[in-house]
Amino acid sequence: MMVLGSIGFTAPWVLLALAALPILWLLLRAVPPAPVKRRFPGVALLLGLKDDESVSDRTPWWLLLLRMLAVAAIILGLAGPVLNPETEQAEGDGPLLFVIDGSWAGASRWPQQQEAIDAQLTRASRLGRTVGFLTLTQPNPPVFQSADAWKSRLAGIAPAPWQPSTAMIDAAKDALSGVGDFDTLWFSDTLDYAGRNDLLETLQQRGTVEAYQTATNVLAILPATYEDGAVQLRVIRAAAGEERDVTIQAQGRDPAGNARILGVATATFAEGATDAQTALVLPSELRARITRFNIAGQRSAGASTLSDDGLRRREVALISARENREGLELLSPFHYIEQALSPTADLIEGSLADTLPANPDVIVLADVATLTDAEARPLTDWIEGGGMLVRFAGPRVAASDISRVDEDPLMPVRLRSGGRSVGGAMSWGEPKALSPFTNGSPFFGLNVPADVTVSAQVMAQPDPTLAERVIASLSDGTPLVTRKTLGQGQIVLFHVTATAEWSTLPLSGLFVEMLERLAVSSSTAGSTIAALEGTTWSPRRVLDGFGTLSDAGSLPGVHGPALIEEPTGPMLPPGLYTSGDRTMARNVLTQDATITRATWPSDVTVRGLAVAPEQPVAGWLLSLSILLLLADVVVTLALSGRLLGRSNAAAAVLGVLLLLGAPADAQTAADDFALAATSELTLAHVVTGNAQVDDIALAGLRGLGDTLFFRTSVEPSQPMSVNLETDELAFFPMLYWPITPEQPTPSAGAYAKLNHYLRSGGMILFDTRDADTASFGASSPNGRKLQELAAPLDIPALEPIPEDHVITRTFYLLQDFPGRYNSRDVWVEAAPPNAEQVEGMPFRDLNDGVTPVVIGGNDWAAAWAVNASGGPMLPIGRGYSGDRQREIAYRFGVNLVMHVLTGNYKSDQVHVPALLDRLGQ
Amino acid sequence: MSDPLALRALSEAEAAALPALLARAEHLAGAVLLGAHGRRRAGAGDDFWQYRPSQIGDSRRAIDHRRSAMGDTEFVREREWQIAQSVMLWVDQGASMRFSSDDAIPQKIDRARVLALAVTILLNRGGERVGLTGTALPPRAGRPQIMAMAEMFCRDDMADYAPPEHRGMIPHARAVFISDFMGDIDSVRTALTKAADRGVRGVLCHVLDPSEEAFPFTGRTVFQSMGGSMSHETLKASDLKTRYLARLAERKDELQSLCALTGWHYGVHHTSSTPQAGLLWLYAALDAKAVAA
Repeated sequence: MMVLGSIGFTAPWVLLALAALPILWLLLRAVPPAPVKRRFPGVALLLGLKDDESVSDRTPWWLLLLRMLAVAAIILGLAGPVLNPETEQAEGDGPLLFVIDGSWAGASRWPQQQEAIDAQLTRASRLGRTVGFLTLTQPNPPVFQSADAWKSRLAGIAPAPWQPSTAMIDAAKDALSGVGDFDTLWFSDTLDYAGRNDLLETLQQRGTVEAYQTATNVLAILPATYEDGAVQLRVIRAAAGEERDVTIQAQGRDPAGNARILGVATATFAEGATDAQTALVLPSELRARITRFNIAGQRSAGASTLSDDGLRRREVALISARENREGLELLSPFHYIEQALSPTADLIEGSLADTLPANPDVIVLADVATLTDAEARPLTDWIEGGGMLVRFAGPRVAASDISRVDEDPLMPVRLRSGGRSVGGAMSWGEPKALSPFTNGSPFFGLNVPADVTVSAQVMAQPDPTLAERVIASLSDGTPLVTRKTLGQGQIVLFHVTATAEWSTLPLSGLFVEMLERLAVSSSTAGSTIAALEGTTWSPRRVLDGFGTLSDAGSLPGVHGPALIEEPTGPMLPPGLYTSGDRTMARNVLTQDATITRATWPSDVTVRGLAVAPEQPVAGWLLSLSILLLLADVVVTLALSGRLLGRSNAAAAVLGVLLLLGAPADAQTAADDFALAATSELTLAHVVTGNAQVDDIALAGLRGLGDTLFFRTSVEPSQPMSVNLETDELAFFPMLYWPITPEQPTPSAGAYAKLNHYLRSGGMILFDTRDADTASFGASSPNGRKLQELAAPLDIPALEPIPEDHVITRTFYLLQDFPGRYNSRDVWVEAAPPNAEQVEGMPFRDLNDGVTPVVIGGNDWAAAWAVNASGGPMLPIGRGYSGDRQREIAYRFGVNLVMHVLTGNYKSDQVHVPALLDRLGQ
Repeated sequence: MSDPLALRALSEAEAAALPALLARAEHLAGAVLLGAHGRRRAGAGDDFWQYRPSQIGDSRRAIDHRRSAMGDTEFVREREWQIAQSVMLWVDQGASMRFSSDDAIPQKIDRARVLALAVTILLNRGGERVGLTGTALPPRAGRPQIMAMAEMFCRDDMADYAPPEHRGMIPHARAVFISDFMGDIDSVRTALTKAADRGVRGVLCHVLDPSEEAFPFTGRTVFQSMGGSMSHETLKASDLKTRYLARLAERKDELQSLCALTGWHYGVHHTSSTPQAGLLWLYAALDAKAVAA
């Protein structure tokens, strides 16, 4: 091989042919170009003119250059040029084994590693060596094949989200035992792991080993914890080094459901330190939304850590009765609850409608008796979706009829009227104490202080289900706390107030403990092995080596202790695991993990990954020469005028482009549609599916467009047919919608589009085409269909077009709106009820809005329709009156389009006298 | 009538071309506002011109009794003379007209047809009678004539250079000739002299492609007429430029002097300019004639 700079030639003697190029130059110059044939009417004036000299023009120099370049490219291509020829590395023979760590640590540099492997494969292919692959994180016996066969499969190798374990190393050694001698290229992920040296020895016994390892310092993040009101984050690195800042991003979904970065923290590695720590303070709403933390710029599973329940604080919404109380309250009904919950939970106050969208974990209703239907329904949905409703009784509940006769869905039990009061000034008996909690109660095990007494309560009606719903009761057996489940959630009722008015319960420590037991406040105690004993956790989402979450699919469940103890591997991929309502994250690194940099013995050559790959360029040069020759053909034809017309030239250029194998990306149909609809004003009709109706509608809009074009400054392009399901509507100022009884009802998506279209200023002209015989009742099939179609639409109140509607004077003065039929009943959006006609004004002062719909049955399209030659398509009426009717129909169309385009502009003229009057003063 | 089916198919194809031409011409004509078109003197017409005292010889039926009742004198209501003029058009349909040097520029024949039809529409609206020279389509008034004219304009002539049609000229009518006048100049001379003999005056509209004015050709070239009947080969086209331009100027001068002799108007229209410009000139030239008449 001959090497010139970074280009080598495998067959350098072919380059001698370059010497022949000057000869070619002379030969080509000697041949004159063929004459150009031109059509030219002025030839009559040329006849008889003689040429002054008889020397023809020569072939242009650039054409010669083009041909020379083509030939030179062929010669160079045949000489076998190779870019970046590998000259340093020893050229071996025999099988070559590629050992790849394939762990998460290499994920950040995976593309470079793939390139380096590819370069080595190219080299192996050139040397004719067979190649085998051994990925240590997924050890399989290597199969030695030709390097070219491996090249296509290279993209299929991906890093695993774990490190090679000793078991995997053993498996790899076993896999190699049955193979003959080979050389090894080891692509290391730069991290050390147990068993690596053993494997290296094994490999060295079989042949030479070269290692590829970058100087990158691998970073990893440890699981996040929540302490001292902040999220504590720790990052570690494989080798100590210079001071370095690392940005940690908290990722999650915003309320709209889009993934975004919710917070950023910076951790700084001190010089010589291998770990760094930082804290991230976030509002609890944001914190609850965090799904993972990752190190910015690092694309590996180790550089991201998933968050689970441990970071969450429960959100409790406190809702009291409406603010219709006359006097001041000395004590907020939530005082004790706030005291009990504020250390461990986030409290939200506000109305039910405001707090429900925040999706709190618990809602506390203090003495709220009745809820409106609009509140109760979303509240019920929220409970059924897993929410917990805690209600406290009070005078209002006692006085109301709630859950009196029938059990209220939002009450656990039926209540007796009035409640009862014991031990007061006007009653007998002593205040009642609590009885100990029974075994089935969630409060079981809590100590009942003797000083907790209840002097008033609401009473539960005895019901068959009462016994199982009582979770705490008084010493006389009356229920104090009752509970029922609703869907996935539950409703708990304290039969006393949340204040100390009715009982001393809120004053005691028991109250706090009871709330905790009810999981109103969440415990952030870490999961221990003992606590997880006997549970099974199923993977929901798992990480891949790059740190991307994906669905777990059909991976098997994992035992609770194993989830914490076992190292990650194919059977325990890192990811999110769930058991019941609980979610736990198993991260790549555990809290106490460390990473160290791999070192190599001196007899192993270590290379970096930055390799300029060897690249044969002969193919490119030969393609270039073919392209140049093709261009020469086109240019020669063009010079001699034999390229017939420009279209053929375009075709030739297109042919060349096709040969290039890079056809211009065809624009999508949607883009074409948008361009067609927006480059000019375009009228459109809705496709009904009835070919005849659609044809007439299109022809009608064409006729109307022609009329507009000739009479007004509105110059629409060809009308379009719009499919509600697939086409964008926003491009059209108005839609003509003929009604046929058999047309399909649009889908929900199409209706959403239509409603958006109507709300954002679009207009639909509905045409039942039945001469309005039904007066929009259901007595004609078209009328029925119209009612059915329009029901889901956002249509305001309608009225027949009043005499002073702006549509009667936007361009022509009109009082009739005929189409093929001449019915007066055309409906538009009703004027506001308070619109009044001012004395002396010809019409009312209606200033707002284009009507979003016009509904009629006059079959306007039929009157507007023109055939291909511009004549009317369908007969209208008889004789002159028919022509007149068609003319008025056109005028209605013109007025309608003007109304859509200019809105109430004509209505604004009303103000002119007033403005002139003011200017005069 | 060799084959009725073929004829039918041909007619359909021709009819398909019509609306487009008609629409463009209508659009163009819409740009020109029609002025009052009276003769500014008493005559037969619809519009009121003046009351004059009745004279001997006036028919009794001509007396306007409403005016006469206001006094003792008898008045006759005179109307403005609005006699319609006949205008005859000739559009060169020869092959040489089917030429355009660029895709963005229409063919000469395209422009000539649009101009002719727009003039037809304008004159038609003004109440004039419009037709073709020759015997194929004599001047008539009314909208159907526009259609008939459009149909006639859509016929292509296979000859390379068509001579002007000068038969069937109505005496004292007006005429419009639209052509590139590349063919034999003698035929034009004959036509104009014959027209002048009959008192026909009019307009010569010389339609030229920009490349015919500029002659932007170089290199070894074989020039062919559109029909292929003539050809001229040169080794260096650029050398011919000055001589060609001189001949073209000579041709224009000749036409100009012919027009001056016979009292016609002569104008050049380039296909690269807007049709409005050509139409306005044509209309003004015809109108100037009208005032002079």
